[in-house]
Amino acid sequence: MIRYLSARSLKNGLMTLLMVTATLAVLTPLVIIFLHILKMGASSINLDFFTQIPKPTGETGGGMANGLMGSAIMIAMASCIGLPVGVLGAVYLTEYGGNRLSTVIRFSADVLAGIPSIITGMVAYTLLVVPMKNFSALAGAVSLAMIMIPIVLRTTEEQLKMVPGTLREASLALGVPLWRTTLKVTLASARTGIVTGVLLAIARIAGETAPLLFTALGNQFWSRKMTEPMAAIPLQIFNFAISPYDDWHRLAWAGALVLVVIMFTLSLAARYFGRQSQAR
Amino acid sequence: MKRKSLFGRFAHGDTLFRWITLLFAASILLILLLMAMEMVKESLPSLQRFGWDFVTSSEWDAVQERFGSLPFLYGSVVSSILAILLATPLSVGTALFITDIAPSKVGSIVAALVELLAAIPSVIYGLWGILVMTPWLQQTVQPFLIDKFGFLPLFQGAPYGVSMLAAVFILMIMIIPIITSITKEVLLAVPLAQKEAAYALGATRWEMLRMALLPYARSGILGAVILGLGRAIGETMAVTMVIGNTPQISLSLLAPAYTMPSVIANEFAETTSKLHASALMEIGLILLFVTLLINVMARLLIWSVTRGSTGGKA
Repeated sequence: MIRYLSARSLKNGLMTLLMVTATLAVLTPLVIIFLHILKMGASSINLDFFTQIPKPTGETGGGMANGLMGSAIMIAMASCIGLPVGVLGAVYLTEYGGNRLSTVIRFSADVLAGIPSIITGMVAYTLLVVPMKNFSALAGAVSLAMIMIPIVLRTTEEQLKMVPGTLREASLALGVPLWRTTLKVTLASARTGIVTGVLLAIARIAGETAPLLFTALGNQFWSRKMTEPMAAIPLQIFNFAISPYDDWHRLAWAGALVLVVIMFTLSLAARYFGRQSQAR
Repeated sequence: MKRKSLFGRFAHGDTLFRWITLLFAASILLILLLMAMEMVKESLPSLQRFGWDFVTSSEWDAVQERFGSLPFLYGSVVSSILAILLATPLSVGTALFITDIAPSKVGSIVAALVELLAAIPSVIYGLWGILVMTPWLQQTVQPFLIDKFGFLPLFQGAPYGVSMLAAVFILMIMIIPIITSITKEVLLAVPLAQKEAAYALGATRWEMLRMALLPYARSGILGAVILGLGRAIGETMAVTMVIGNTPQISLSLLAPAYTMPSVIANEFAETTSKLHASALMEIGLILLFVTLLINVMARLLIWSVTRGSTGGKA
């Protein structure tokens, strides 16, 4: 009996050890990558990185200022398209949904979220780049918006579902029409939760590279026009990483560090807002 | 009187608002349909020209305008499946560690770390892959494999660094956080009574996990793995940067290869002809179809587990 028991607890201990080992094996490469970004990136970041555009090959120095600006512009544009669609779409699903159409829409959103991002780039290419005969920041923003919409829609829907029905009823009982109740009461009380979703969506598209390869294309210079090719941080990281020049590799590491810092800041902010919305 | 006119003014407000929100909601469906239609339309020249040859031929020659996608299909399938095989046990082990083994503080730190790392963009994994991992593979791992296991066809050839092996490694690292965090959600959705019953019968922790927890969560974990597979197949940047981009089918894991998203990423902006663009579109169409299938399957599986816990049934 005792022998039998000890065999069982031995197996228990062994399997526990295996799971601890698995966790260490998972965390090791991830931590190594993170430390590498920190080490290589930190030593390459200086004021030039934020103020100058890339130098031609052979010259040292230079920065990614045009990429930072391009990314900011395209993210802002994508948000202008993606946020209204996502948020108001979610309003339909929670306030007027419940029919078969809303199930189909919900399912479409999940399916859209799982499609490889490079495909949204191909679609934006055929819809915008080919007819306009030019790679453009606009096409880049549209492909990013397509990635953003399902994320915003699903997170907003979750938040709106959590708004208690009594709140809506109280507003309606005062004679406020449903549409005003939705805008002023329902959406307003889910505000912090919706912000969480939006921040996560922005974090997601800020690092997207594949859909920009043949929409925004990238640009070695300052670019301000929406109808022309535009630089973006992830594109620059890609191009510099596959180049053979050490100087460009340094810029790529610096860009990676900046991007990771932006990502972590956004997800920490999302966490903060998320906690606030849960606390109420 | 005034009150009535106010009502009159807003009577249509609700209807209008309803239609506006419906329009935005329906646009998701429209985007999806538009996407599928555009992809099919643009692939037509290639579909008509090559037919089934497109997926059985391995010739990819833009100059001769002969396009067969077999090397890309092979590269995508092999790299993704190997990555999944390596990632799944590690991910499930980590998820179990987080939910059932570690003290809750340690568990939540590990969970937060894994989630943060899932947020790192793929181009950064690619950057690390090409500048740090492939040189290491080339100088250390691959010579060792050739030396010790070179008699196997899997490990023959010269150490290039960029290779199928590099793609498998980088994919594994990238999908582990995704599979781990979904598996964790699934495990947390298993009713507590399930565990308590096992402990009440005198089970050790491992026996509880194996007999009570894992069977209950099995389909959800399978869903997480399939979702990881979908990610691996669609992953573009990191793989493009480390796989070597050579359209060949080689049994050796040390040889460079190519995947469906990679060839699109490399060639789509610089297509030489209409047919070339159309062939790439058709690869995109195949990719779209496969990922759609995978996602629908995974969602249904995950839903079948988590449904019980949110539906209020014990």
